[in-house]
Amino acid sequence: MNRLNQKDFDKDTDISKEKKSEKKEYDFFNDTWRRMRRHKMAIIGGTIVIILYIIVIFAGFLGPYNPYHGFKKHFFHPPTKIHFFDEDGLTRPYVYRTESFDWAEYEVIKDKKYPIKFFHKGDEYKLFGLFKTDLHLFGVDEPAHLFLLGSDNYGRDLFTRILFGGRVSMFIGFVAIFITTVIGLIVGGISGYYGGWVDNILMRFAEVIMSIPGFYLLLALAAVLPMGISSTLRFFLIISILSFRGWAGMARVIRGMVLSIRNEDYVLAAQAIGARDPRIIQKHVLPTTTTYVIVRATVSIPGYIIMESGLSFLGLGIQEPNASWGNMLTAAQNVTKITNFPWLLIPGFMIFFAVLSYNLLGDGLRDALDPKATENN
Amino acid sequence: MRTYILRRLLQAIPLLIAISILSFFIMQLSPGSYLDTMKLNPDVSEELIETMKKQYGLDKSIPEQYFHWLWQILHGNFGESFTYKVPVTHVIKTRALNTIILSIAAMIIAWGVSIPIGIYSATHKYTIGDNIFTSLAFVGLSIPNFFFALLLLFLIVKFNVPLPITGMTSIMYDYMSLSGRIIDVLKHLLVPAVVLGTASMASLTRIMRGQMIEAMRSDYIRTARAKGLKNKTVVYKHAFRNAINPMITMFGFQISALLSGAALTETVTGWPGLGKMMLTAVRSKDLYLAMAGLMIGSVLLILGNLIADILLAISDPRIRYN
Repeated sequence: MNRLNQKDFDKDTDISKEKKSEKKEYDFFNDTWRRMRRHKMAIIGGTIVIILYIIVIFAGFLGPYNPYHGFKKHFFHPPTKIHFFDEDGLTRPYVYRTESFDWAEYEVIKDKKYPIKFFHKGDEYKLFGLFKTDLHLFGVDEPAHLFLLGSDNYGRDLFTRILFGGRVSMFIGFVAIFITTVIGLIVGGISGYYGGWVDNILMRFAEVIMSIPGFYLLLALAAVLPMGISSTLRFFLIISILSFRGWAGMARVIRGMVLSIRNEDYVLAAQAIGARDPRIIQKHVLPTTTTYVIVRATVSIPGYIIMESGLSFLGLGIQEPNASWGNMLTAAQNVTKITNFPWLLIPGFMIFFAVLSYNLLGDGLRDALDPKATENN
Repeated sequence: MRTYILRRLLQAIPLLIAISILSFFIMQLSPGSYLDTMKLNPDVSEELIETMKKQYGLDKSIPEQYFHWLWQILHGNFGESFTYKVPVTHVIKTRALNTIILSIAAMIIAWGVSIPIGIYSATHKYTIGDNIFTSLAFVGLSIPNFFFALLLLFLIVKFNVPLPITGMTSIMYDYMSLSGRIIDVLKHLLVPAVVLGTASMASLTRIMRGQMIEAMRSDYIRTARAKGLKNKTVVYKHAFRNAINPMITMFGFQISALLSGAALTETVTGWPGLGKMMLTAVRSKDLYLAMAGLMIGSVLLILGNLIADILLAISDPRIRYN
């Protein structure tokens, strides 16, 4: 008897152990992460994305100047040459001051060396928009200037402006896709679950939006935005515009998925128990679409970044003096300007890197979350 | 087939009406009007503004304005452009044609490059060539149109490439022979078409590669190989024919992206198309011109999708529309 019990007990523990290990193996996040790690490019892309976010969050500290600080005598200044060697060999990095002798022509004056100082006190800014400070990671004393990537037509430091402009580009995609997803889930969920005339009206409306060429619609909507509103309000209005254009496609696919889930046994069971519709949609129907939603969101962020930069480039998005990678490129619209001051093109490379990293990340994530979809690659 | 096309065209009518209502509403939301900008000009008298207001029907309520506009459209009159002072139809005809030329050129480039590359990548999976093309596709996918255009213009000027950098025709265009004119336009077309084609090229290559790999795995390919057919025949006669069908579906999706991409590319390269016109119209609050732009853009999009569906039916005998 005793023996038997013992045996049973052993068996039980065995089973529970087995179950545990099984559970561990099929853990959603671990599993995804395991598959994700195999995509080296996706990991690289993801890392760059995270680094970019950290950089733009600490823009005030990392950039040597205030993004609005224009050095009137140093407009279109080429990138400052940093010297690492002097007569005695390797030394602390230093720069020379420059003076303009003609329109946007500068000569280097070698009367004194200005060392690059770390934790330099310079222009005031607010860290995270909260703490007032004037500490920068690096900088040089006046009258020398440290334009790592040159300066723009107002003599503002391009490097600093790229860091601040990145905030717009990096966060607009993120917030816009979040709002688009929420609207898409709600509309698609309701439409697919209830069907009938509700479905008809919502989907016809989605069709109308999808039948207007995307950028034309954005142009018309962006023209609605009044001038002279605060930059934060403008930022959010642009997000709403992007989401207004974006939700339709999302809602349609979600609707299709919900339509097929609606008649699954577990949904019918929930209905039979008497669960109310919002609860069923929330707890049983929408979670099934999670994988799709995550993949779609990651894959669409680059599109939003590109659309925002396009609008800002045309002068309909983020307005001067606020920086965004798109509106910084407006200065490069003139061909003679870009040949004379090629560093004005650098913000474009930033857009490219951000979008490329997101694309790599999205590609890997799609493979990891949905192995079926990419068997063919 | 004919009834199907007819039905699709009929279905487009309520859709276009809904689009026009939405567009009209959006345009009305926009603060200020063209007349407000005119009022700032001291040379323009009060009376002129009043007559213009009457002439364009801007003193009526918004629904009234809309129905007036709709009525005019049904008579083939798109209204008059405020900025150009000519009927909108005049402005828009050439612009729409230019955008169509640009889009078709971009499409030819994109398809002409992506299909051979897709086939090559699929048949040489994981080789150096495939890897290079896959990476290039990622680059093409990630570079914004307008930035790519700026970059190309920069390189053209920097290395003195004998290509025009802006517009559609040279100054001497009017004095050229017919062949000279065509060559001139083609030269101007090259940069915007390449820019616009690149984005589609990247995604099409990836899809073509995937479809081709899937097709190469099918049973009929094994049968074909077992029969001892030449590799060339297997790839081009058996796999390719089946892989191309989903690509035609993509043709429909591409149109929206092409029209949107064209708007920015046109602005940077100065190609006088619909997108560039839309931008000016929207900026100067040229109501009727912007409305016409939105409508023509939507018509192009809807027609493009219809053409894609018809092409699909032609290429795939399994698809029958009733």
